[in-house]
Amino acid sequence: MSAAGTTSVAPPVVSAAASDKAPGQRSLPWLMSAPAILLCTVMLLVPLVLTFVLSFNAYDAETGPKAGTFTLEHYAAVLTDPYYYGIFWRTLWISGLVTLICIVVGAPEAWILNRMRKPWRSIMLLVVLAPLMISVVVRAFGWSMLLGPEGLINGTLVALGFAKVKLLYTETAIVIALVHVMLPFMVIPVWTSLQKLDGGVANAALSLGASPVTVLRRIVLPQIMPGILSGSLIVFGLSASSFAIPGLLGGRRLKMMATIIYDEYLHELNWPLGAAIALLLLVANLVIMLGWNRMIERRYKKALG
Amino acid sequence: MNKNGPIALCFNALVILFTLAPILVVCVIAFTPENTLTMNGPEFSLRWFKAVFEFPDFVSSFWNSLWLALAAATISTALAIPAAMALVRYPHRWSGVLQGLFLSPLIIPHLVLGVALLRLFSVVGGAGSFGWLVLAHSLVVTPYTMRLIMAALIGFDRSAEQAALSLGATRSTVFLRITLPMILPGITGGWLLAFINSFDEVTMSIFVTSPSTVTLPVRMYMYATESIDPMMAAVSALMVGITAVAMIILDRVYGLDRVLVGRS
Repeated sequence: MSAAGTTSVAPPVVSAAASDKAPGQRSLPWLMSAPAILLCTVMLLVPLVLTFVLSFNAYDAETGPKAGTFTLEHYAAVLTDPYYYGIFWRTLWISGLVTLICIVVGAPEAWILNRMRKPWRSIMLLVVLAPLMISVVVRAFGWSMLLGPEGLINGTLVALGFAKVKLLYTETAIVIALVHVMLPFMVIPVWTSLQKLDGGVANAALSLGASPVTVLRRIVLPQIMPGILSGSLIVFGLSASSFAIPGLLGGRRLKMMATIIYDEYLHELNWPLGAAIALLLLVANLVIMLGWNRMIERRYKKALG
Repeated sequence: MNKNGPIALCFNALVILFTLAPILVVCVIAFTPENTLTMNGPEFSLRWFKAVFEFPDFVSSFWNSLWLALAAATISTALAIPAAMALVRYPHRWSGVLQGLFLSPLIIPHLVLGVALLRLFSVVGGAGSFGWLVLAHSLVVTPYTMRLIMAALIGFDRSAEQAALSLGATRSTVFLRITLPMILPGITGGWLLAFINSFDEVTMSIFVTSPSTVTLPVRMYMYATESIDPMMAAVSALMVGITAVAMIILDRVYGLDRVLVGRS
């Protein structure tokens, strides 16, 4: 991820009205896009195809991958070995838990921020979102200092007379740090959908005698649901492929998808196997994203007529 | 606007505390005079910052990261300006596909990109070279430059351009004197966002750097997996400082809230 990266500037919609197509200009747009297309082809499409091919190549511990061979053994190995199941399962439940916590914390936080008065509103929003721009390595290191055996949290526990808790190099540490990294990705879409909320509807419901809880459940929640759903998608996808956080806070023992791919590539040197896991991760990511998107679109098209 | 109740304000304070805690702790520990990651007492020292500047690995990685981010942001911006103009002004059957292609580095995990690029470099040669690294980073930051420049082009009043054209200005004059200045906030905003993201990128870089081209975040990652001492905190504090400066500039030229949550 760098998780950094905002997905917020609304995807621009190209309007046909802006077009000024003239005859003989058909090649112009292609010419203008050519350098960018070239970059994406050479650095994205070709490498992905090469990796796809590599994942079917036989691997020999002595000589490395054998070009021109075809085998399904890497996929078979990944899909049948309980060792990988353990890692997939951990990746899945950690990402799911992180998504859940981000919903429970991020959605109310966006709601509270939205209700703040003028100067505080934008200041607090920036404070919540700005860490997005700070390197994930720095943040992981910060958490390792807070959660470590001599860290602030254990120091406080000892000072209060409690026993130390092992936090660093546990799944708890990974979850805490991932929530920290992912929270902005939940706050942003929920905030965006709150901006579109018509305050008048809620006020009408209140004046007609609905309780605040009913208003929240029947009016506000359905309207910010698209924001929560798209936030969940981003958070889940980025968590499942996160590398630096499990690498630094999970230690050598607690592996996730990304760290196991790193190990296969740079320690075991079994590139074809690493490529197979990487492609499974990519496909899982794309399927979830596209499927989820389609589901949301269908649901809301139906709901809105 | 309604006012938040005390419970809501407490909740907000806790979230803010949670958000800032790891960053603040890094910045405080960086000034410790001790040899361990502790801060006892009020005295502070700059010894660990001095240690960073005397540690050749961090210094060379810093320069690598800086040149890399400058080059990648610039290349990506240079490619994105004409491509974004083509997408916005000359929509055709393939525009949607092209836009998807240019933005796809956002949804492909950086780890998968790293793995794929490592394979490319091992096939064509030159693995770990700075040139390849620049191109790899240019790819990763292109969605950011593309989005901000497209956004600038879409909210664009074209009457000034048409006036200039009808008064006899050439197309290149119109582009340089009217179009470019009008989309300049989008360009500089995109460039800065690209710079920050390239400077911070670790997951893909860890696969495609060689010992001589290691970037600062990669060096920090490797350093942190082996030993943890206050020097790591000092580098981290420097990273936070650089990012903060870049963010302040970004806020001045484009508006941070616009980058983070769209128009607000």
